[in-house]
Amino acid sequence: MAQEKFDLTVIGGGPGGYVAAIRAAQLGLRTALIEREHLGGICLNWGCIPTKALLRSAEIFDHFKHAGDFGLEVQGASFDLQKIVARSRGVAAQLNAGVKHLLKKNKVQVFEGSGRLAGSGTIRLEQKDGVSEIQSTHIILATGARARAMAPVEPDGRLVWSYKEAMTPERMPKSLLIVGSGAIGIEFASFYRSLGAEVTVVEVRDRVLPVEDAEVSAFAHKAFERQGMKLLTSSSVVSLQKQADSVIAVIDTKGTTTEIRADRVIAAVGIVGNVENLGLEGTGVQVENTHIVTDAWCQTGEPGVYAIGDVAGAPWLAHKASHEGILCVERIAGVDGIHPLDKTRIPGCTYSRPQIASIGLTEAQAKERGYELKVGRFPFMGNGKAIALGEPEGFIKTVFDAKTGELLGAHMVGAEVTELIQGFSIGKTLETTEAELMHTVFPHPTLSEMLHEATLAAYGRAIHT
Amino acid sequence: MATEIIMPSVSTSMTEGTLARWLKKDGETVAKGEVIAEIETDKAILEVEAEAEGIFKAFVADGATVKVGEPMGALLAPGETLGGTISAAQSAAAPTAAAVGGETAVAVAVAAPAAAPSTGHAPAAHDGTRIFASPLARSLALLHGLDLVNISGSGPQGRIVKRDIEAAMSAQRPASGAVAAPVAEAPVKAPQPAAPQAAGAGYELIPHSSMRRVIAQRLSESKQQVPHFYLTVDCRLDKLLALRQQVNGSLPDVKVSVNDFIVKAVAAAMKRVPATNASWSDEGVRRYRDIDISVAVATPNGLITPVVRQADAKSVGTISAEVKDLAERARQGKLKPDEYQGGGFTISNLGMYGVRDFAAIINPPQACILAVGTAEKRPVIEDGAIVPATVMTCTLSVDHRVVDGAVGAEFLAAFKALLETPLGLLV
Repeated sequence: MAQEKFDLTVIGGGPGGYVAAIRAAQLGLRTALIEREHLGGICLNWGCIPTKALLRSAEIFDHFKHAGDFGLEVQGASFDLQKIVARSRGVAAQLNAGVKHLLKKNKVQVFEGSGRLAGSGTIRLEQKDGVSEIQSTHIILATGARARAMAPVEPDGRLVWSYKEAMTPERMPKSLLIVGSGAIGIEFASFYRSLGAEVTVVEVRDRVLPVEDAEVSAFAHKAFERQGMKLLTSSSVVSLQKQADSVIAVIDTKGTTTEIRADRVIAAVGIVGNVENLGLEGTGVQVENTHIVTDAWCQTGEPGVYAIGDVAGAPWLAHKASHEGILCVERIAGVDGIHPLDKTRIPGCTYSRPQIASIGLTEAQAKERGYELKVGRFPFMGNGKAIALGEPEGFIKTVFDAKTGELLGAHMVGAEVTELIQGFSIGKTLETTEAELMHTVFPHPTLSEMLHEATLAAYGRAIHT
Repeated sequence: MATEIIMPSVSTSMTEGTLARWLKKDGETVAKGEVIAEIETDKAILEVEAEAEGIFKAFVADGATVKVGEPMGALLAPGETLGGTISAAQSAAAPTAAAVGGETAVAVAVAAPAAAPSTGHAPAAHDGTRIFASPLARSLALLHGLDLVNISGSGPQGRIVKRDIEAAMSAQRPASGAVAAPVAEAPVKAPQPAAPQAAGAGYELIPHSSMRRVIAQRLSESKQQVPHFYLTVDCRLDKLLALRQQVNGSLPDVKVSVNDFIVKAVAAAMKRVPATNASWSDEGVRRYRDIDISVAVATPNGLITPVVRQADAKSVGTISAEVKDLAERARQGKLKPDEYQGGGFTISNLGMYGVRDFAAIINPPQACILAVGTAEKRPVIEDGAIVPATVMTCTLSVDHRVVDGAVGAEFLAAFKALLETPLGLLV
C-alpha cells in the first residue's frame, strides 16, 4: 500500500474519535480514522445505546405491570428475551451504519485495523491484509477503555459476565450478583430486576451510586430496595466458587461474611484505559493509572500527539469524549475563542428506574471547597405533570453559591430526569445565577417546572411545597 | 426596585468610614426606618437606618472600610436578586430622587433612579453601548467592586465571563505600582446630596465613567502632591524626517511614524540616564530594571496609557506595530490590565493637533512625562544665517523628589541628540 499523508489521524472510532474526525474534516483538515472493531466504539455498539434499548423494553414491561393503575387491562404480559436483545442489537447496528455514512459524507478516510505510533508523525497501521505506514502531522489517541478485571470477579464469558455478555443474555438468569454500583452496575441491576431476576448489588463504598450527591444515593437506595433489589454497601466479594451453572460468592460486609448463590455475576467495577499496543514506549506520552496524561488542551507530552475521551481519564462519559475531540481539533486548527473543558459542566446520567442525573458539585463537594451554600430541594410529589404521569417519586436538588448566586450543582432522581438535566447544563455554560433561572418561564405542565421550583426552593420561595 | 445602602458622609472632611457591623443578615426582610448597620467614624459610632423596605443584602463584611458614597449593601425588592441590583447600581450614576437628607447626615439609602432597569437588563456602558456579560460575571463584578466597563471579555463575541473577572482580579493584585489602573478602582459613587435634576437645569449632567474618575483622582493627586518642574527643548527633525521617508519608502510593509522614533529615542535616552526610569516611594526610590514606556492614547471615554515593554530592546518597526495595535485596542476598550499597568515613563504627543508646546502632568508613580509638540517649519540661525528648519518642541515634566534638574537636562540632551542624529536609532 502506498504511504498516505494526513493532517490529522484519529486512532479509535468511538464517540470521541469519530466526532473529532468529522469536526477536523469540517475545518478542512485532511483526516483519517483508524478503527479496529466497530465505528461508534463501545458507547454505540456495547454501551450507552444498546443498554438504553434494553432498558426501554424493561420500562415498558414495568408499565404493563402497573397498567391497572392507569385504568388499562393487560393480560398475560410476558417478554421474549431473544427479541429484546435482538432489538437492542438492531438499534446499535442502525447507528453504527449511520456513523459510517457520516464519516464518508465528510470525506474522512477510514482504515479498519489497529494503529500505533511509529516515530514522529508516523503511524504503523496493521490491517488484515498487511502492514503499512501513515504520515500524519497530528495524531489523536481515542482508544477508549475496557472493563476492569478485578479478582475474584474476572469476567469469564460464562458465569462471570462483563457488560458485553450482560447485554446479550441467551436466557434470563434467575438470580444475579452485580459487583459495583456505578452507572453500569445499576443500569443492569434495574434491567434484570424489572424482568424478574433476583438481583443483589455489592458496593465497596458506603452507598450506592457513590459519585452522586449523598441524598440522591439514599433516595435511590430506598427505591431500589422497594423494587426488591438487595443492596450490600461497604461490602466486597472475598471469593467466588464456580459451580456448573451458578456461583457461590462470599461477601464481606464490615467484617461479617455471608454467602450468596447466584446464577450469574456481572462485574462492573470500573474501567482501565486502552493504552497498550499504541507504541507509547519511548515517546513523551505519559501513562498514569492506565490513562494518558494530557494538558487542558488534550495535548500529551509528545508534540503532535493528543489523547481524548476515556483513555485520557475521568469522567468516563461519551459526551465528555466528544467534547474533548472537538476542543482538541479546534485547537489544532487554530479556531478562535475556544477554552478548556470545565469538568464541573459535564452532566452525568444513569438510566435506571428511577433515573438519576447530575451536574457540577454535590453539596458535600461544594462545602469542602468552602462555599457558603443555598440548597434547594423540590419533590416530584409537588409537580402536577409527575402526578399525572403516575411518577410521584423523586426530587430535584440545586446547590447555589450564596455569595454570587452561581449554580454550583444540580442533582436529580426520578422519571425522565436524564432529559431534564440539560436545562442546568445550559444554565451553567451561560454562567447563570439563581436570578435568571427564577426569571425563566417554564412551560406548564411539565416536569421541567421542577427545575424552577428547586431553584426557588434554594431561596425559600418555592410555590408548590 | 433595589435600594443601595451607601457609606454616608458625616462630616465634610470624611472620605471613608468603617462599617462597624451589620445588624441584619443576608436575606432578612427589613422595614423602612429600621436600624440596619452601625458605622464608625473618627468621631463616633452612628446608626444607619433603612431608607426603604426590602430584602437585605451585604456587599462588604463587618469591619470593612468603605469610601463615602460607595455602596455597602442593598435592599432588594421581593423577587429581585443580585443580578438586578447590578443593573441598578451601574446606572445609578445619574440619581434623580436622592433620598438622603443633608441635615440628618446619617440617612443612607438612595433610591435607584426611576430610569434604571429593575432587573434582568444588561447595564449600559457609559457611551450607551450594551455590555455583554454573563450573569455570574456581573454578580462577581459587583461582589468585588469591579466596573465591567474596564474589563474585556473572552467569551463568545467578547462576552465577559467568570474567567475574565478572575483574570482582572488577579491582574489587579500584583499591580500595586500600576499607572493607569481603572480596573483596580472600585466604582465610586458620588456622595448623594440632593442631586440636580438634569431637565431644566441649564446643563446636561454627564455621569462619570470609572475611567474619568481614575483620571480625576490620579492627576489631581499628582498635580497636588508631586513637585513638578519643567524642562523644554527644541529638536531639529530634518534628518529624522528624511530618514523616516527613506525607511517607509524602501520597505513596503513598514510605515513608521515620527512618534515611533520618539518612543525609541526616549527608551535609548533612558538607558543612558537610568535615573529617569524611577519612581518615588516612602521607603526609597524605585529604580526600574526594564524600560517600559507608556504612550498616552485618547479614547472616547478618556485617556489611557498602554505600555510598550522593554522598548529599548525593540526596533522602531516593532515599536510601530505594537503602538498601532495597542492604540487601536485602547480605543475599542479592549486592553487587558497588564497592557496598561506598569510603565516607567510616559509620552504624551499632541503634535497632530498643531499644539506647539505644553507641559503634561506626571503620571504617578512615574517620575517623568514628555510632552511632545508639533513638528513645524521655523527659522533657525545656523552659522550666523537664518535658515528654515523643521523643529519640534518637547517639554519634560519631572518629579523633583526623584530626578534633579541637571539629571533631567542630561536626559533631554541625550534625547535631542538621538533625534537629531537619528541613524543611531536604527542600530
